[in-house]
Amino acid sequence: MEQRGTRVALGAWTALVILFLWIPLALIAVYAFNKSNVQSWPIPAFTTHWFHAAWTSEVKAALWLSVRVGLIATGIAILLGSAAAFGVARFRFFGREAISFLFVLPIALPGIVTGIALNSAFIAGHVNLSEWTIVTGHATFCVVIVYNNVLARLRRSSPSLLEASQDLGADGWQTFRFVVWPVLSTALVAGGLLAFALSFDEVIVTTFTAGSQNTLPLLILGYIRLGQQLPVVNVIAFAMILVTAVPVLLAQRLMRETGVLRRGASAAVVAK
Amino acid sequence: MAASLDTAERLSHREPGRLRAARLGLSGLFWRHPWAKALLLLAPPLLAFVLVYVASLVALFLSSFWTVNPLTTEIQHIWNVGNYTSLWDSSVFRTVTFRTVGIAAAVTFTDAVLAFPLGYFMARIAGGRSRAFIFVAVLLPLWSSYLVRVYIWRLILDDKGVLNWALGKAGLPAANIGYSNWAVWLIFAYVWLPFMILPVYGALERIPDSYLEASRDLGAGAWTTFRRVVLPLALPGVVAGSIFTFSLTLGDYVTPLLAGGTNSQFIGNVVYSQIGSGDVPSAAAFAAVPLAVMAVYLLIARKLGAFEAI
Repeated sequence: MEQRGTRVALGAWTALVILFLWIPLALIAVYAFNKSNVQSWPIPAFTTHWFHAAWTSEVKAALWLSVRVGLIATGIAILLGSAAAFGVARFRFFGREAISFLFVLPIALPGIVTGIALNSAFIAGHVNLSEWTIVTGHATFCVVIVYNNVLARLRRSSPSLLEASQDLGADGWQTFRFVVWPVLSTALVAGGLLAFALSFDEVIVTTFTAGSQNTLPLLILGYIRLGQQLPVVNVIAFAMILVTAVPVLLAQRLMRETGVLRRGASAAVVAK
Repeated sequence: MAASLDTAERLSHREPGRLRAARLGLSGLFWRHPWAKALLLLAPPLLAFVLVYVASLVALFLSSFWTVNPLTTEIQHIWNVGNYTSLWDSSVFRTVTFRTVGIAAAVTFTDAVLAFPLGYFMARIAGGRSRAFIFVAVLLPLWSSYLVRVYIWRLILDDKGVLNWALGKAGLPAANIGYSNWAVWLIFAYVWLPFMILPVYGALERIPDSYLEASRDLGAGAWTTFRRVVLPLALPGVVAGSIFTFSLTLGDYVTPLLAGGTNSQFIGNVVYSQIGSGDVPSAAAFAAVPLAVMAVYLLIARKLGAFEAI
């Protein structure tokens, strides 16, 4: 419909913006192989030395903590988020909108507000900052992601399916196992993957809820601020980009399979 | 009769009839009393949220009306609005607030300009395959580590980084914008760009082709159609995207910390250092500023129909 010139110009603009998005990501892949300690461009020579050097006990401990926190927070988010989504999707009651708003609050508010609120509450309540306080902080914003994903899926599935199942003599467990679960499973897995990716990457809330322990983002934040271990930071940065791509691509596939590509897009945005 | 039912049950479910009867009974109970099920589902997440999250937020808000003893740094429960009035009176707080809001607005504008033509191309010109490709090309940077993306830009904008190298090759003078407000603006525009692209694309994609045909049939040129049909229908998408870019910039402190200069402090940085020195009441009061700004912004966005476009 548009004229040829317009279409070419729009195409060129699109290509440039995508290059803008991707060139930095490509550059970190190059810097990870930088032989020099100095991070200037162009890099003098290539080496794979830092991949080996990055595998220190400090990095291992931080990675392991990040994975543990991510898994526990995601687990909590799946339980609480899907229960909340079922409650909100299946029932009409006074205050339903308010509850919905409440669950979205942790991502609607700036991370620093959530962070300092939890921080001062933990301190006031004499709760020692630990792995569990990090999990608490992460779970608050991971719940939303599972909640959004499951809610979107439930809204598209007809409640009459449940009634049909019961009319045919199924009890609650059977209805869940054979009617609800097949509809729900991909949304749950996609929500879980995104929640994990978000937790794995989180900096701001973590800064305020962690004690002496370092998650992987906190560790590299410290390195960057002090200008230390930058070759190691390059390698970790490269690895993190590769690793976060996997759950996101998987989640995206799962959402597309059921025709949620478009809604999934905004769900992902709302989730972040 | 009873025996045959029992057999049928065993055949179909292979479990004792008593357990099944209990489950059916429970299902029936929930069916007759739906509120019991709703309560069972909603109580755990609600309790967890209210007890941990909402309670912390309320406590934080209350503490913004308290003071800190300057000698002992202990929080004293003396009610006053001094933390808020000092925000208004102090020129430092004012400067930081204007800088934060100003850069957030600039970032939002930049992202809207970058995103709109791309969203248009994606929604109305690209075929199915290339649309899917662009979609993934936008989605992956969105989810890749925020900290890593800020770090890369530090390397790029450094005096000895890629940017100055490329400018030098092109025969242009070096930019030297590392560790400045320019760097903060550019990096924010980069990291939040996907948040603008997706809702803009969504809004443009929902415009039916027939509207554009109708506009043309009625004699409108390409520019008039764009201005009078496409733009008004796409505006909610832009506003929806701007909610993300604006609020995320407003609440951030990591990018100014890592990529900013001496005059790049954001509200978040000040709050962070206040918390570090134990002054929770002042931090709480200053953290209320971005919340208030966002509340106003959201009210305007709602009027513009942005919530239907998310």
